[in-house]
Amino acid sequence: MCGIVGLFLKDKSLEPRLGEMLTEMLITMSDRGPDSAGIAVYASGEAGQGKLTLQAADPGLFEGLDTELSEALGAPVSLRIKDTHAVITLPEAQMAEARAIVKRLRPDTRVMSAGEIIEIYKETGLPGDVAKRFDIPHLTGSHGIGHTRMATESAVTTLGAHPFSTGADQCLVHNGSLSNHNSLRRKLARQGVTVETENDTEVAAAYLTWKMQEGQSLGEALESGLDDLDGFYTFVVGTKDGFGVVRDPIACKPAVMAETDQYVAFGSEYRALVNLPGIEDARVWEPEPATVYFWKH
Amino acid sequence: MQTYDLEADGLRGLNAALQSQSQTTNETAWEVINPRGSHAIAVGLDAPIEVTVKGSTGYYCGGMNAQATVNVHGSVGPGVAENMMSGTVVVEGDASQYAGATGHGGLLVIKGNASSRCGISMKGIDIVVQGNIGHMSAFMAQAGNLVVCGDAGDALGDSIYEARLFVRGSVKSLGADCTEKEMRPEHIAILADLLERAGVDAKPEEFRRYGSARTLYNFDIDNAY
Repeated sequence: MCGIVGLFLKDKSLEPRLGEMLTEMLITMSDRGPDSAGIAVYASGEAGQGKLTLQAADPGLFEGLDTELSEALGAPVSLRIKDTHAVITLPEAQMAEARAIVKRLRPDTRVMSAGEIIEIYKETGLPGDVAKRFDIPHLTGSHGIGHTRMATESAVTTLGAHPFSTGADQCLVHNGSLSNHNSLRRKLARQGVTVETENDTEVAAAYLTWKMQEGQSLGEALESGLDDLDGFYTFVVGTKDGFGVVRDPIACKPAVMAETDQYVAFGSEYRALVNLPGIEDARVWEPEPATVYFWKH
Repeated sequence: MQTYDLEADGLRGLNAALQSQSQTTNETAWEVINPRGSHAIAVGLDAPIEVTVKGSTGYYCGGMNAQATVNVHGSVGPGVAENMMSGTVVVEGDASQYAGATGHGGLLVIKGNASSRCGISMKGIDIVVQGNIGHMSAFMAQAGNLVVCGDAGDALGDSIYEARLFVRGSVKSLGADCTEKEMRPEHIAILADLLERAGVDAKPEEFRRYGSARTLYNFDIDNAY
């Protein structure tokens, strides 16, 4: 069992409240996943700039990283530390170079996400505590996805927490368990796609990234996933300007969606949605099995 | 009329109050406000009382019900009226998966749609769905009646033992050992009674009946791998 929440805002006036609304939804799903929690937020950035979210067990590792990275890149870099995570803003064109330099300078840090606007925060512990540590309620953005984890497939660790990001501005959260993740991991490895953890969900995220690198849209990649991913899943995925949902054909992992003129919302249970504005008059429905739902800004 | 604010006074208090009603209670009408998708609302009731829930609920609303009438003015999460013994549960909106699962008796009416596994392993309950039902409904059904005024999804009645399935619309596919059966006068009478009790305006003659072909009852070497 895990909990998923997601919000895709259509009404820009709600953007300053994205973090607050997602946090409330996330905390409601604590019963479904008290082991760890995480959130991906798509917050607007400056043109030409990219964001790298890093995680370190010891936040002391972030000290001086901005100066060292800036010198190595020959470009301005800013660093914002939030508990065990740090968001580095740097010229987007130098993102790949920056990742390689960070790996050399601070081998004990991990990349949580990279892209133009995505930021990912995740840690072990109760969802409410995790949200507080990263000051999630004050995040603004156009869309975001949160996850509360009850671990089944791999250990309760920060890196085993969701969301997973395996491509620029992409993220995926999962409720369920995949049964063919080991064979798929080997198949992806032969294609040159590396998966960092033992977690089944990261394999699904890497699979979708690979399909999109091959030229598929997110919607098409999710359709391909229905054939290639075996097991139980309700997935919620995010891209720079999109938000998607898909459930496996058995569809035993719960999902409720709500849509108004202001937003599209996802919750593992209706409880997660009850405080959203205008929920009384929203169109509320259960996504169909083996059906891809996708919204784009 | 007793009004119970679930948000203010909590779930345990509600179920304790409802479960403690005797056969001869004078407090027969209850209203639950602010359900906000909570789980296990009005479960395990065993008295002739009427409970109205003003809003949508989470898992297992009206579960294990006996004698009571539970009306939900909203939609319900998974497992509404699961293992119901008797009484009535009426849902004004939609129902999530496994509505009426393992129910032994009573009447479950869903005025909207029900999703997958509606009536799974039903053991005598009557279920009337005014909209559509999802895949694998009436899986391993053993007794009772499932009435669907709309369409049925994939694998209806898979591995069904006994139970009558009446569908007015289309059936996407039948599950293993489920087959269409003749509508005889006694089936029309059963269906007419169910439709009337559920308050549905539909003609029994418009429905088709499905049930067990009874080929899975005994071991058949041709079914072995």
